[in-house]
Amino acid sequence: MTVLNSKIPAGPLAEKWSNHKAAIKVVSPANKRKLDIIVVGTGLAGGSAAASMAEMGYNVKAFCYQDSGRRAHSIAAQGGINAAKNYQNDNDSVHRLFYDTIKGGDYRAREANVHRLAEVSGDIIDQCVAQGVPFAREYGGTLSNRSFGGVLVSRTFYARGQTGQQLLLGCYASMNRMIGQGKIEMHERNELLDIVIIEGKARGIITRNLVTGEIERHSAHAVVIATGGYGNVFFLSTNAMGCNGGAAWQAYKNGACFANPCYVQIHPTCIPIHGEQQSKLTLMSESLRNDGRVWTPKKKEDAIKLQKGQITANDIAEEDRDFYLERRYPSYGNLVPRDVASRAAKERCDEGFGVNETGKAVYLDFKYSIERLGKDVIEARYGNLFQMYEKITASNPYELPMQIYPAIHYTMGGIWVDYNLMTNVPGLFAIGEANFSDHGANRLGASALMQGLADGYFVLPYTIGDYLADEIQVPRIDVNHQEFIKKEKAVTDRMTRLYNIKGTKSVDSFHKRLGHIMWEYVGMARNEDGLKLAIKEIQTLREDFYKDLRVPGDYDAMNIELEKAGRVEDFIDLGELMARDALDRKESCGGHYREESTTEDGEAKRDDQNFTYVSAWEYQGEGKAPVLNKEELVFENVKLTQRSYK
Amino acid sequence: MADKILKELTIKVWRQKNAKAQGKFETYKINDISTGTSFLEMLDILNEELINGGTEPIAFDHDCREGICGMCSLFIDGRAHGPDDDITTCQLHMRKFEDGATITIEPWRAGAFPVIKDLIVDRTAFEKILQAGGYISVNTGGVPDGNAIPISQDDAEEAMDAAACIGCGACVATCKNSSAMLFVSAKVSHLAKLPQGRIEAARRAKSMVAKMDEMGFGNCTNTGACEVECPKGISIANIARLNREFLVAKIKD
Ligand SMILES: Cc1cc2nc3c(=O)[nH]c(=O)nc-3n(C[C@H](O)[C@H](O)[C@H](O)COP(=O)(O)OP(=O)(O)OC[C@H]3O[C@@H](n4cnc5c(N)ncnc54)[C@H](O)[C@@H]3O)c2cc1C
Ligand code: SF4
Ligand code: FES
Repeated sequence: MTVLNSKIPAGPLAEKWSNHKAAIKVVSPANKRKLDIIVVGTGLAGGSAAASMAEMGYNVKAFCYQDSGRRAHSIAAQGGINAAKNYQNDNDSVHRLFYDTIKGGDYRAREANVHRLAEVSGDIIDQCVAQGVPFAREYGGTLSNRSFGGVLVSRTFYARGQTGQQLLLGCYASMNRMIGQGKIEMHERNELLDIVIIEGKARGIITRNLVTGEIERHSAHAVVIATGGYGNVFFLSTNAMGCNGGAAWQAYKNGACFANPCYVQIHPTCIPIHGEQQSKLTLMSESLRNDGRVWTPKKKEDAIKLQKGQITANDIAEEDRDFYLERRYPSYGNLVPRDVASRAAKERCDEGFGVNETGKAVYLDFKYSIERLGKDVIEARYGNLFQMYEKITASNPYELPMQIYPAIHYTMGGIWVDYNLMTNVPGLFAIGEANFSDHGANRLGASALMQGLADGYFVLPYTIGDYLADEIQVPRIDVNHQEFIKKEKAVTDRMTRLYNIKGTKSVDSFHKRLGHIMWEYVGMARNEDGLKLAIKEIQTLREDFYKDLRVPGDYDAMNIELEKAGRVEDFIDLGELMARDALDRKESCGGHYREESTTEDGEAKRDDQNFTYVSAWEYQGEGKAPVLNKEELVFENVKLTQRSYK
Repeated sequence: MADKILKELTIKVWRQKNAKAQGKFETYKINDISTGTSFLEMLDILNEELINGGTEPIAFDHDCREGICGMCSLFIDGRAHGPDDDITTCQLHMRKFEDGATITIEPWRAGAFPVIKDLIVDRTAFEKILQAGGYISVNTGGVPDGNAIPISQDDAEEAMDAAACIGCGACVATCKNSSAMLFVSAKVSHLAKLPQGRIEAARRAKSMVAKMDEMGFGNCTNTGACEVECPKGISIANIARLNREFLVAKIKD
């Protein structure tokens, strides 16, 4: 068992970060030039970290699987980014942002990390403005804000519905400047497949060049994992097609603990699945719930007619509509948090009140706000989203309510890191969605972008210095070291094994099967029997995968099926760990809902007595059960209360 | 709207083993595709059939499937991003096609974008242009407060219009000269419209244009074809702005 030291500095909460910064070591400019850092991932977390550390003088090598760093999935974030600027004079503050994030996370995150996040949030906005991010502005020229779910102030900054895109293009531009100056060596279409550990320290990575199929060795004094979330375990999600858990999984297999794998966020407003052949789900922004009312029919016979396509929503009389969120949660109504809204939709559909041919959709209706505010106002607010919806579904949301259903969106779990964002493997760091650190069991809207950029611009560039200060005597790591040779061979063996199965079924067919198991038993509602069954079914799936996988094409060339095979192999293992973690956590908290742990009226019930800990799973070797380490969470500044939205 | 089933489609697609190999069109049949299916899902289904039949699937670039990452490309029936307006290939749906249709799919064709495999091309020439100057020279930290420089709503909106470019390359693929002017002008305009970016505007335009020429993109002859096929509605007015900035830089020399 590994003893986990979170390295949270002593002292009052609000002073921890400044005290810590004053205490940690700094590397001189002359020595920075001698140190190499690998950053895997070019999203908001990796891109900002790579640019900042290169500007400081380190030699950075950056990696992404797409053909350009600009295409990392951060690009798809729509809504916005939080910061405690208090520009609206609505009494926002670092403490309020800290408190909202801790509470929103259902008291399963570290106080010290979250407070630091809130402290640096304002600097992020300044940095992005300086880079030329075209945030929305008021007529007077100042920055504009909107409000988001779960909070009482307006602190969300945005650039139309393309905030993630603009923030990413900002840090990508900074990266480009450093690439141009030779301080970042950029490796596109290059995927991490293993991590090289020499004498207990992370010293490099093994990658596959996706264009040539060659296996490559890259060395450095430290390795940073910034590879995003693993929501694609479920096959269908709002993540990009290539999003994967591979790098995090390799970190785990090399000794880094994996924390809270079962914490997954399910977003309530996505376009429903249209059929068996779907590959991807599309998010409709959370902001729509400000003006849309969610409902299903009251009468079963109406639902059945809707499912058969015999009537439309407009045929259902006013008194026969069940606004179930307003009914169940009169004070928050349609604006309950994501996890609550998602479960309520599932409950209605499971009871047979779904409104489309699959029975898995509810209405989000703008009729009432159009009547109240006029079509022009609604068009000004959501025109582009309505247009996107119509392109996909061929249905006009001004005339018929939107159909929505929950979908997998974000993973709060990830690689365990200490306060310095270092894993328990020295020299191996994890930032952004890839780590577990700041969102507890549920993430608030507009906080992932904040965390990615906080980690990359303002936390890691300092904390990595504390580690590297002791490495300045270490010469450039030789890629001919036997550990590199060993790991390269392991990767080649792994990939040739997958390639040589020569079975009959495609990678996708296995991925879809895994997705079904995960959605059914490790999705929105979980129980002991289901989770045990999931573990069994995943094990059977794994056997079939190794027996019957087919990877056509050439081995040593671009081979998209081989890329996917590696990712799905890791997803299968990760899926099993998620089920194990969900089984261990017998309480309900945030996005994790155990049917055995509910209040009388079916709401989630936390169990602070027994579960106020971070689960940090430790790999024990192939086929062996992992060990569970527990990091107790200590709350000195907030009082734990049961969330209620009634 | 209820989806229909397209009983049979003929897919004529460019297949090329690698950058050096000679490519050619292959023809496949595909049946029973719902009109609610996206174009790339149709290709997923075709690929699944190819794999099941023991053939290597068609390689194409894609990632977000939401029209924002700029990874998907494809020249479909003679149009970049296919037969619909203001969208990317991943947002195209099969309801744009008739039952029985023959659909022709090609990669982007441009000297500066060589084919890597099948429908995948190498767009790193775009990266090189941005590395030459597509940024504001600030380091992390030590910048003024976000509200220290007021920016008029109009300027912010105009900058945003130009910043919406997703770097897909449809403009280059569409242009008969394979010019990258729309792409370059979008970045130059985005930054030149903001006070923070004004400072380096002339220098930026000059280095980016020089790099563009070096990477083998063609000249702009103002045909306006790029604007028509740009999925993000980037306007050719940006090209005029780029030319102005470029002229300023030249005069300064
Ligand atoms: C549709 C959508 C909308 C969202 N909207 C919002 C929002 O409005 N506000 C908000 O705060 N959050 C939002 N989120 C969440 C947020 O966008 C993400 O959590 C965040 O952007 C993740 O950033 P990242 O840098 O950690 O990872 P990513 O941006 O996913 O980047 C991952 C990087 O790692 C690389 N990579 C991955 N695996 C490998 C490998 N094996 N080898 C090499 N490279 C690899 C990729 O190429 C990429 O460069 C949204 C998420 C989605 C999906
Ligand atoms: S200008 Fe338009 S077509 Fe050209 S790369 Fe940008 S988004 Fe694509
Ligand atoms: S796949 Fe991202 S824009 Fe089409």
